Amino acid sequence: MADKVLMKGNEAIAEAAILAGCRHYFGYPITPQTEIAAYMAKKMPKIGGCFLQAESEIASINMVYGASAAGFRVMTSSSSPGISLKSEGLSYLAGSDIPAFVVNVQRGGPGLGGIQPSQSDYFQATKGGGHGDYKMIVLAPASVQEMASLTVKGFNLADKYLMTAMILADGTIGQMMEPVSFEEMKIETYEKPWALSGTNCEREHNILNSLYLKPDELEAKNFERYERYKLVEENEAMWEEYETEDAEFCLVAFGIAARVAKNAVVAARKEGIKVGLLRPITLWPFPKKPLLALADQVKGFISVELSMGQMIEDIRLATECKKPVALCNRVGGMIPTPENILDSIRKAQKGEF
Amino acid sequence: MAVVFEKPKSLTDAVLHYCPGCPHGIIHRLVAEAIDALGIEGKTIGVAPVGCAVMAYDYFTCDMIEAAHGRAPAVATGIKRCRPENVVFTYQGDGDLASIGMAETVHAAARSENITVIFVNNAIYGMTGGQMAPTSLPGQVTQTSPYGRDVHHCGWPIKVCELLSTQDGPEFVARVAVNNVKNVKNAKKVIQKAFQNQIDGKGFSLVEVVSACPTNWGMTPQEALNWVESDMLPYYPLGVYKDRSAEKEADAK
Amino acid sequence: MKTTQIVIAGFGGQGVLFAGKFLAHKGMSENLQVSWLPSYGPEMRGGTANCSVILSDDPIGSPIISEPDVLLAMNLPSLQKYVNAVKSGGQIYLDSSLINQKVEREDVEVFYVPATRMAKENGIDKLANMILVGKLLENNPELSSDGVDAVLEKLVPPKKAALLSLNRKALLLGKSV
Repeated sequence: MADKVLMKGNEAIAEAAILAGCRHYFGYPITPQTEIAAYMAKKMPKIGGCFLQAESEIASINMVYGASAAGFRVMTSSSSPGISLKSEGLSYLAGSDIPAFVVNVQRGGPGLGGIQPSQSDYFQATKGGGHGDYKMIVLAPASVQEMASLTVKGFNLADKYLMTAMILADGTIGQMMEPVSFEEMKIETYEKPWALSGTNCEREHNILNSLYLKPDELEAKNFERYERYKLVEENEAMWEEYETEDAEFCLVAFGIAARVAKNAVVAARKEGIKVGLLRPITLWPFPKKPLLALADQVKGFISVELSMGQMIEDIRLATECKKPVALCNRVGGMIPTPENILDSIRKAQKGEF
Repeated sequence: MAVVFEKPKSLTDAVLHYCPGCPHGIIHRLVAEAIDALGIEGKTIGVAPVGCAVMAYDYFTCDMIEAAHGRAPAVATGIKRCRPENVVFTYQGDGDLASIGMAETVHAAARSENITVIFVNNAIYGMTGGQMAPTSLPGQVTQTSPYGRDVHHCGWPIKVCELLSTQDGPEFVARVAVNNVKNVKNAKKVIQKAFQNQIDGKGFSLVEVVSACPTNWGMTPQEALNWVESDMLPYYPLGVYKDRSAEKEADAK
Repeated sequence: MKTTQIVIAGFGGQGVLFAGKFLAHKGMSENLQVSWLPSYGPEMRGGTANCSVILSDDPIGSPIISEPDVLLAMNLPSLQKYVNAVKSGGQIYLDSSLINQKVEREDVEVFYVPATRMAKENGIDKLANMILVGKLLENNPELSSDGVDAVLEKLVPPKKAALLSLNRKALLLGKSV
């Protein structure tokens, strides 16, 4: 493990972002993600980059909008209440079809909620949050290594598809330390002919804009955008399957919930119950295909979530309600124990969903 | 035949959508003339607001971006921090800059972001059809202050130049008007200075342009210009409110 | 296959998180899989602090520990909070100069180390944490006492190089108890 360093998840994001070529960070402090800002504040001035603490989350996402419009790799990070404030900017970024990289290290809500880990921004991340028809690529790391690798991936995808890529992590993954390697990260670069760089009086002016007052034009823009989203859905879904080959029951969980679910799979198999885990790595696009395939194999699914049951709706849609889906959840900053999940598995075995 | 009058190079051929008698056209022209005079068209990037000037991106030949309501200074910050060699300006109205975007305005000024802000104050929300603005005068009748702005109910107008000039951050804060030829000529000079400051790396420069809105004030264009003189300028006196470099020079002497 | 789950708990300022980081780095240097998870939030500011460290031959599932193999308790509230969670056959290390209670369980090994007093007597005031860790290393040969210096060098910033020898001293003191 010579090439590995022990790092907090939040720091791994910051380091990976720098590796991906991000030299501009705009943010506003909020627990439990402030390590990202602190890391950037320390590093950026030494590598010719710019860390700027904005006056608010709203300002910071708009600084991201400006920096991305200028053609640069840029990021911001926050936690749940801050992401609500950034949602306006996320909508404008989508409406102008320019890339951005945003991190949400989730905490419990609604309102000021708490500061302990949560996954209750799943809807906000995957279904919108801001106004209008738009999507973001939503990446759900379950380890510090993935905090790093999905950050690089996120920057690549954002530039490739001209949309926002969001890391949807939680307080646990953000705060924990694990060994992480920054080798073998593939940095992709894309031409940005649309960027605002000054015309140099040599080309037509570039306009970045989300206003289309003519309904037919706005409709066409939306249709065009969703053609691009379709490509993302076809090509970019990522997931991990664990012990699913012979599974009679399938847990579905992401992030920290998936880590706990893995322990539950091991424990259940010791009891002779054939359980597997499907861990979505992208929440949008949601890994529909493998779930639909599993629906023909398993007797039922259990969605393990740190929310009141948000991803469970996507599981039902993906599996076309072919099999029952139970919910095993804790909220408010609580995390299900392997024993909690094992209880749900035992119930499922008895046909109780 | 000698050319005695022509459109500035930095304006496109697009037909302006503004109402008859609206001074936005004049102010666009002054901005474009400044860009032309300084020879910076090729490296200027403009930020349009939400408000009547939302479609300013169609009118300037430089690269343009449209910001969310009030956020233009933040967007400009993002651009300028990436491209310090470019010239970045925002063009904002009173609702955009002094109401919803007040935090962005004050903080961009406090950071002395090296940008140029053109702030058009016509004491009303034009685009949405004539509601009370943060700069509407006491007693001013608007759609949302139909009995006149009652300062005890909804507060006093915000004097942006006075407010910003108390801060250490801004380089240059000035108020001009475009209600007569003399004022237009002066506005042109001041706007150009606000761009020159940026080229010289001096920091945040804001020019408040006291303007008119005949349509939503319910006046003819001439009546509106008269009202600027009789009612607005006494409340919003013209002048340079802060000129850090000039103050430094004066101190040196 | 062996997995050791360690909870370290005490007051903020006692070096609870640092002790955990040391163990995680030590595990890494032994080619073990490791995870370190801190408590975070207001409780870090003067209240109780704790961290969970897992060292394993296999990839680590959940970093959250509900039943520790090892508890390192540096104050009474921490002992009370975790004493019953420790696995049967597990180990408890407690700072007996701050906790004057005995552990009533008989199915766990308990090590009473007067760490705070020892630290004071030896002029390494704030290193009771590492004295306890020294004892833990002594009892868990798979972590070994070798290579401690290299691990400390990773953790102690160059500016505070003086702390290196003090930490080393604390570990040795713990070992000798």
